[in-house]
Amino acid sequence: MSNTPETPTPMSRRSLLGRTAAAGLLATPVVGLLGACATSGSDEGTTKAEEGTKSATNPLGAAEDAPLEVVIFNGGYGEKYATDVHEPLYKKAFPKAEIKHQSTQAVSTVLQPRFASGNPPEFVNNSGEKLIDFGSLVADGQLMDLTELWDAPSVDDPNKKVRDTVVPGTVEAGSFNGKPYVLYYVSTVFGIWYSGKLFKDNGWAPAKTWSEFTALLDGIKSKGITPYGYAGANAAYYQWNVILTHAAKIGGTDVLKNIDNLEDGAWQQDAVKQAAQAWEEIGAKYVDKSFEGLKHTDVQLRQNQYKLALYPSGDWLEGEQKKDTPAGFDYQLMPVPSLTGSDKLPATAVRATAGEGYFVSAKSKNPRGGLEYMRQMLSVAGAKGFTEVVKAPTVVTAGSQGFAFPPGVASSQAALAAAGKDVFNLYFDGWYKELDTEARTATNELMFGRIKADAFVERIQKRADAIKKDSSVAKFTR
Amino acid sequence: MRHGKYPFVIGFLFAPVTLYVVFVIAPYAQAFQISMTNWRGLSAPQWVGFDNYRRLLDDGRFWQAVQHHGVLLLALPLITIAIALFFAFLLNVGGRSVGGQRQGVRGSKFYRVVFFFPQVLAVAIIAVLFQMVYRPNESGLINGVLMKIGLDPVLFLVRPNLALWSIIAVLVWQAVGFYVVLFSAGMASIPGEIYEAAEMDGASKVMLFFRVTLPLLWDTLQVAWVYLGIAAFDAFAIVAVLSVDSGGPDGATTVLAVEIYRNAFVYSKYGYASAMGVALFFLTLTFAALTLRLTKRESVEY
Repeated sequence: MSNTPETPTPMSRRSLLGRTAAAGLLATPVVGLLGACATSGSDEGTTKAEEGTKSATNPLGAAEDAPLEVVIFNGGYGEKYATDVHEPLYKKAFPKAEIKHQSTQAVSTVLQPRFASGNPPEFVNNSGEKLIDFGSLVADGQLMDLTELWDAPSVDDPNKKVRDTVVPGTVEAGSFNGKPYVLYYVSTVFGIWYSGKLFKDNGWAPAKTWSEFTALLDGIKSKGITPYGYAGANAAYYQWNVILTHAAKIGGTDVLKNIDNLEDGAWQQDAVKQAAQAWEEIGAKYVDKSFEGLKHTDVQLRQNQYKLALYPSGDWLEGEQKKDTPAGFDYQLMPVPSLTGSDKLPATAVRATAGEGYFVSAKSKNPRGGLEYMRQMLSVAGAKGFTEVVKAPTVVTAGSQGFAFPPGVASSQAALAAAGKDVFNLYFDGWYKELDTEARTATNELMFGRIKADAFVERIQKRADAIKKDSSVAKFTR
Repeated sequence: MRHGKYPFVIGFLFAPVTLYVVFVIAPYAQAFQISMTNWRGLSAPQWVGFDNYRRLLDDGRFWQAVQHHGVLLLALPLITIAIALFFAFLLNVGGRSVGGQRQGVRGSKFYRVVFFFPQVLAVAIIAVLFQMVYRPNESGLINGVLMKIGLDPVLFLVRPNLALWSIIAVLVWQAVGFYVVLFSAGMASIPGEIYEAAEMDGASKVMLFFRVTLPLLWDTLQVAWVYLGIAAFDAFAIVAVLSVDSGGPDGATTVLAVEIYRNAFVYSKYGYASAMGVALFFLTLTFAALTLRLTKRESVEY
């Protein structure tokens, strides 16, 4: 049976047990009863949701005095932005509401049992290594549809809908089969990072074309610095991101759309093959073989020590490396260079998206309060406050204006502006974790010289086909 | 039987048996149940019969992991027991004979403590420690030295045909200490007169080891083999923390527990992961039964 987000089909505990007994397996009543402990369905745990009256200041109809439980992933961005900025904003709007704040580094460990028992918290920052798979949350009908939030008037200008206050693509980034379920809040630009200082000292310039790029890498190599590298031990996806960004530039954004939609032969499209071939050569010539055994922190540190010149990442990099970056290092972003003159997208095109996911639990007691909390987050005050605390731009357009970003984020914001409409994104890694894993493994095989581009696209395609055939995996399209 | 004996026995057994059933038996049974569903961890599971098991048959990674368990099953006990026996022999009876009593080598008390050190460390700490030892560049313990003397670094965890053996080396390093102590205890209970008699008949040290120590230690060896075999079916923590790309490169070091973890907690495929768990359960059980049967031998009474 297939589970699609449109038709969540929760099976009742009774019918499951009935079938268990019918199958004649494990039919002892004790096992059946115990079986209900860990896998109990959410069909019975739903309580009636709290609702308040809608008004101009409360367009989403949140209950004024209902408590709101907020769970924040305490990772790179910490939890201070929630306790110091967003929660006070909500409290200001609803003085009678009580906020229960909780932070964790292992979201799924803490929340999986809460979902299984039908008592999830209202608002969740689902992020980090132990995030709960968004795809299965959506497929299980656990997430609140955010359409109402995006169509609600914004906090700062009642004539403007919330969806019009954010960077284009934000709603889509959190949509599953066309329905918005997740708020991705932090604006993220991907590219290849270098030290402005190192480049200036050596008279190097960021490359726009492939020949410039290889010439640059040769120049760096002749100085005894590792030209290019990423961490194979745990961050191979930083590199598949580069390969796919390159593919999108070569063949247009539909290349990625086909991959996301699990179209037949999507990974074997010419653009993907060409990109893989180009990077296979880079891997063979310019990447230090030992990087396959290093973690991202090690490789990033080497860049800070000027032992590595170019490193692919997103614009969280600068903040992440803050305490290791020497003075004057000057992080700068270079978009992935174009391959030939006939590329479909210009060299300035970048992959940009909204990152850091937040959702409201549909089966919580006060889901409308959760929606309202999001609306407060998306106010200018909420966004400005976030940016000031964590030094990262949000998706709220007016929130970053006039803020003096550090050089790296400033350069990625400039790249985003220069890209204009040539901004794209990809989603398969969030939708199908297995495909992400396969792409990571295959990327290491490719970049460290164990397979060729043909084998690279072939093996990932094989996994994509298997996922397409697997009826237990919820499918998404865009 | 005296009146009131059964209530007494039942009263005593009730608490431990209940705890055992609730926390050990029930989760096992439940794994069997979940393995027949497509449970994704959130809403109620759907019954899919043997689908997950059928899928296991075509899963290359699963078979790769099983194969690695095969290698581990041979290498880990063999190497560990060989080293541990050698050390235990040296520590207990390898030295001079003082007053007719065989002694260990000089400083054996000190070595005994040193050998036991790895056993005291938490497994995760050992894995992190060996990350430093194996690090593929100049800051690695081994490669730092190699590069200082002008050699190329050895990419221990990166080369596909070296990675699994690097992991096995860590497992052996960690296990040896415990078995040295275990075998020492076994050797200590072998009466000194037997050695004395053998020596009078002109047996060499090697002969002493193979003709006296080994046969009299058979029961202990058998226990060690089962323990190490079961350890070979685990290896989760070391592989998960130490290996590249968790179980990589390209599955070259993966073990079943890592695949179970990945399927359950990364892919949210709890049903499929449970099916792997059930497979692992039967593998372990079969191994234990086989070992006990194959090594069954009359033990020597003394």
